[in-house]
Amino acid sequence: MEAFLHMGGYAAYVWPAYAVFFVVLLIDFFAPNLRRRRVLRELHARMQRQKAREARKAAQRSPSDDSGPTMTPLDS
Amino acid sequence: MKWIPLWMHQLSSPPTFYRFASVLRPWCIALALILTAVGLYGGLVTAPADYQQGDAFRIIYIHVPSAEMSLFIYGVMAVAGFIAVVWRLKLAESVAMQSAPIGAAFTFITLVTGSIWGYPTWGTWWTWDARLTSELVLLFLYLGVIGLYHAFEDRRQGARAAAFLVLVGVINLPIVHYSVQWWHTLHQGTTVRLFGPSKMEADMLWPLLVMMLASKFYWAASLCGRVRTDLLSLESGKQWVRALAEREGR
Repeated sequence: MEAFLHMGGYAAYVWPAYAVFFVVLLIDFFAPNLRRRRVLRELHARMQRQKAREARKAAQRSPSDDSGPTMTPLDS
Repeated sequence: MKWIPLWMHQLSSPPTFYRFASVLRPWCIALALILTAVGLYGGLVTAPADYQQGDAFRIIYIHVPSAEMSLFIYGVMAVAGFIAVVWRLKLAESVAMQSAPIGAAFTFITLVTGSIWGYPTWGTWWTWDARLTSELVLLFLYLGVIGLYHAFEDRRQGARAAAFLVLVGVINLPIVHYSVQWWHTLHQGTTVRLFGPSKMEADMLWPLLVMMLASKFYWAASLCGRVRTDLLSLESGKQWVRALAEREGR
């Protein structure tokens, strides 16, 4: 095992080369996974907001008021 | 375009490709991991040390597959880029643009591992010879494609503009490949040959071939992952993406 790690005296070259290979590919592999989660989560949040907005509008239009026109809320 | 088979036409539709990529990806990851384990065992443990370079030669098992991938991915990117420029297929644009970061990663690995290998064997980290310089130009091409793509407000327009740059840059591929024959260079010539006998002992050769295969599967997995994410954000208004976000976005 010690001899294996020693790499015939070239350990200082062989292992860093392998480290670069694996680190770069790991970053390449996980970056799009993170991006995919972010895209889906943002889209989900946007859909939730849209749903809430539609629910609020529907509640306003419901016939609880018969006092004529009211002011539209500013946050719509 | 009647000559395009039906399955190809269907596969180019984003929701179909999304499902296809999601099924294919885990298999490619598994094969890449198994082949890498086998290849590294062969390359680091069972292969004998080189009579001239000692154990330093073992860097070949990551350097050569990466170098081959840096050219292979550019070729794929050029084919997809051609389709994107001519037929404006959304999937082709995505494949071309998502290939660039993977290609850049492999080119970077090639340059760094080559440099690390060069110091004990040639006595220098870097030299401006044909092979090294043209590979560096390849890295700049990849970075240029990524930069140009992101410089546009409209992503599809950016993809087509960058695809054009990809096509211009194809001229660099034969230069990288034949540089060791056309010019006197410090870099050694081709060791592994597709046609005719390779100039390497079988004990040393098979791990290299296994690693080259493993890198192909890795590339397929990485490309599937990137393209499917890209399709999600390109098609974020569409019903299939909204249904997916409903299920997986919370």
